[in-house]
Amino acid sequence: MDAIILQILNGLDKGSAYALIALGLTLIFGTLGVVNFAHGALFMIGAFCAVSLNKLLNLSFETVDPTRTDFLGNPLKVKTPYIEGWFGPDLGHAIIDWSVPLAILFSIPIMIAVGFIMERGLIKHFYRRPHADQILVTFGLAIVLQELIKHYYGANPIQTPAPDAFKGSFDFGAMMGFDPNTIIYPYWRMIYFAFAAVIIGGVFAFLQFTTFGMVVRAGMADRETVGLLGINIDKRFTIMFGLAAAVAGLAGVMYAPINSPNYHMGMDFLVLSFVVVVVGGMGSLPGAVAAGFLLGILESFASMNEIKSIIPGIDQIVIYVAAIVILLARPRGLLGRRGVMED
Amino acid sequence: MLGLNKKDFTLLLIVAALVVFAPFILNPFPADSAMAQFNAGYPDLMQRFVIFGIFAIGFNILFGLTGYLSFGHAAFLGVGSYSAVWMFKLLSMNIVPAIILSVIVSGLFAMLIGYISLRRTGIYFSILTLAFAEMSFRLAYSVLTPITNGETGLQLTLDDPRILGETATATGSIPVTNFFGIEMRATEVMNVGGWSFQFNNGYYMCAIVLLLAFYLAIRIFRSPFGMMLRAVKSNQQRMNYTGLNTKPYTLAAFVISGMYAGLAGGLMASMDPLAGAERMQWTASGEVVLMTILGGAGTLIGPVLGAGFIKYFENIFSKINEQVLHSWFHALPDGIENAVVWVLEHFVGSGWHLTLGLLFMLVVTFLPGGLVEGGQRLGRLLRRKDAEKKTATQSTPAE
Repeated sequence: MDAIILQILNGLDKGSAYALIALGLTLIFGTLGVVNFAHGALFMIGAFCAVSLNKLLNLSFETVDPTRTDFLGNPLKVKTPYIEGWFGPDLGHAIIDWSVPLAILFSIPIMIAVGFIMERGLIKHFYRRPHADQILVTFGLAIVLQELIKHYYGANPIQTPAPDAFKGSFDFGAMMGFDPNTIIYPYWRMIYFAFAAVIIGGVFAFLQFTTFGMVVRAGMADRETVGLLGINIDKRFTIMFGLAAAVAGLAGVMYAPINSPNYHMGMDFLVLSFVVVVVGGMGSLPGAVAAGFLLGILESFASMNEIKSIIPGIDQIVIYVAAIVILLARPRGLLGRRGVMED
Repeated sequence: MLGLNKKDFTLLLIVAALVVFAPFILNPFPADSAMAQFNAGYPDLMQRFVIFGIFAIGFNILFGLTGYLSFGHAAFLGVGSYSAVWMFKLLSMNIVPAIILSVIVSGLFAMLIGYISLRRTGIYFSILTLAFAEMSFRLAYSVLTPITNGETGLQLTLDDPRILGETATATGSIPVTNFFGIEMRATEVMNVGGWSFQFNNGYYMCAIVLLLAFYLAIRIFRSPFGMMLRAVKSNQQRMNYTGLNTKPYTLAAFVISGMYAGLAGGLMASMDPLAGAERMQWTASGEVVLMTILGGAGTLIGPVLGAGFIKYFENIFSKINEQVLHSWFHALPDGIENAVVWVLEHFVGSGWHLTLGLLFMLVVTFLPGGLVEGGQRLGRLLRRKDAEKKTATQSTPAE
C-alpha cells in the first residue's frame, strides 16, 4: 500500500509537467489549428529563464580582504554578489536563494513576448498549410532554439537549486499512519504539483468564467461565425498563443530544480507531450490534463522494481505502449471529439 | 529502354553518370590547395551520400506518394544495421547475405509497425510511428542489450563464430567485409597532377545498389500502383467511397520504404561493421524527412539531391572553425572582421545544426517543393524555353 502511494506521488510531478506542456499544445491546436513541434523548446526556454536569473543574481564583484589569506599566503579575494552589496547580506542572500520562484515573474513577460513573436513572425503564415508543413517548420524552429541555447549555455546540465526552505522531504507516511520514512516526498515536488494544479485551474477558469475566455471557446468551436459577428478572433488567438507559451515556460521554470536544465530537455519532453496530447484526444483540454497525469503515474509505476522484474525494460517504454493501446482501442484518444483532426 | 520512357531513362543515365564519376566531380580542387577542404571525394563521405540517398528514396515512396509523414523511419535503418552486423558475426563477412537479411528483417518489422500505425492518418500516424521508433530505440538501449550490445553498439569481435567464413584472419585480426572476395575497404588512388582521386570498392558497391534502388523507384512511380498511392494522397476519402480498400496499398508502400531503409542500414553496416542504437533516435528520423523535403518530396531526383546536399554541408560546415573564418576575412578591417567572424561562427563547426534548423524553416516556408522546385523556378525565370526543357528532364511533383 505504501509503495503504491509513493509511486502515485512520484508520478505526480512528472505528470504535472506533461499535463502543463500538453495543455499548452492543446490550447494552440484548439485555437489556431497548428501542430506546434516547438512547444518543448518553449518549456526549455522557461527553464533557462530560471538559469539566467540565477546567474544574473550571482554576478559578483571581487574585494580583497586583507585580514584573511588564502593557502598561498596572498590576501584572500572575496566574491560578493552585487545584490548583496545593494540590499545588504541578509536580504541579498535571500533574493539569490529564492531565484527560482522569482524567475516566475521574470519569465512571464519573456515567454509571452516569445510566444507573440513566434506566432506573428512564423506560425501565422502556416494556418492554411497542411499539418505536415506545420510540423516540419516548427520542428526546424525547435532545432534552432535548442542550438542557440546550447551555444550560449553549453551542453552540460546547469544546476539550479530550489530555495533552502524547500530542501529536504516531507514524511507523508507518518502523517497518514504508516511507518515513518516509508513515504517521503521532496517539498519542491509537492510545490511543483500544487503550482501545476493552480495553473491548470487558472487556465480553465479563465476560459470558463471570463468574457474573453468565452469568445475564445466560441472561436474554437466555430471560428468563421465568431469572425462574422465582428469579433477580431485572430487577435484573441494570438493572445492565447502567448498564454500557452507562458504556461509551457512556467512549467519549465519550476522544473529547473527537479531536473537540471540542459539544451535537449525540450525535445525529450516534447515527444512525450505529443503522445500525451494524442492519448488525451487532440483538441480536448481536460483530456490533455488527464492523460498527462495518467501517463506520468503509469511511468512511475513501471519503474517499480517489482514490476521491472516481471517485465524487464517496461519503464522505458510503458508510455509508448499505453499510447499505442489507447489509440488502437479509442482512435480519437480518451476524450477526443468527433471531427477534430480527422483528415 | 528498360521499360522506362525517354525522359525517365535520361534521368537514370544522368544519375548513373553522377555516381560513377563522383570521385572526379566531388574532387574539383587539388589536394594541397587551400580549397581542398571543400573536396568531398573521399570514400567515407561518398558512401554516406549514396546510402542516405537510398534511405531518402525509400522514404519518398511513402511520404512523397501517399503523403503519410512517418517520424520513425530511422528505426528500420537501425534494425537493418543490427541484422547485417549479426550476419557478419554468425555467417560470414560476405555482404550479400547480410544485406538480404537486413532487407527481410526490416521489411517484416515495417509490416508489423505499418499494420498498426496505418489504422490512423494525419498527425496520429506521425505520432504512432514516432512512438514505435522511440520504443525500439529505448529497447535497443536497455532490455535488448544481449542483441544490440546497448550503449556500446554492436561490434565484431575475434571470437565470433562466422560459420562460413573465418573467425580471424591469419594475422589475427578481424576479417573485413567483402563481396565475394572484393574487399569493401580497398581503395585505388589515382594521382593526376595535384589531384588525387580515390576509387573505393565499397563506394561503387553502394553506387550500384543506389542505381538499382533508383530504377525500382522510377518503376514504382510510373506503375499503376504508384498512381494508386498518389490517389491516396490527393483524396483518400473519395477512394474509400468508390469502394476501394486503400489499406493494402498504403501498407505495401510503407513496407517497401521500410525495406529501402533496411537496405540503407545493411549497406551502412557493410561499409563499417558496427551498429548503434543512436541510428534509431527520432532526430535521425527527422533528418531523413529533412532530406526528402529539402530535395523535393514526391519528385524522383529530389531525395537523392537532398541527401547529398545535407551530408555534404554537414561535413564541410563541421570542419570550418574560427581560424578558418579569420583567414577568409583577413582582408577586412579588424573590427569588421571580428564582427563577421563572430556572426558566422554560430553557424559553422558545432553550430551546423543551427544552420540545418534555419535551412529547414526557410525551405518549408518559401520553397515547399524543395531544391527541385527551386531549380525549376530558376530555370523558368532565366528562359522560358529552357524551363520547358528542364521540367522535361526533371520529374514533376506527385500532385
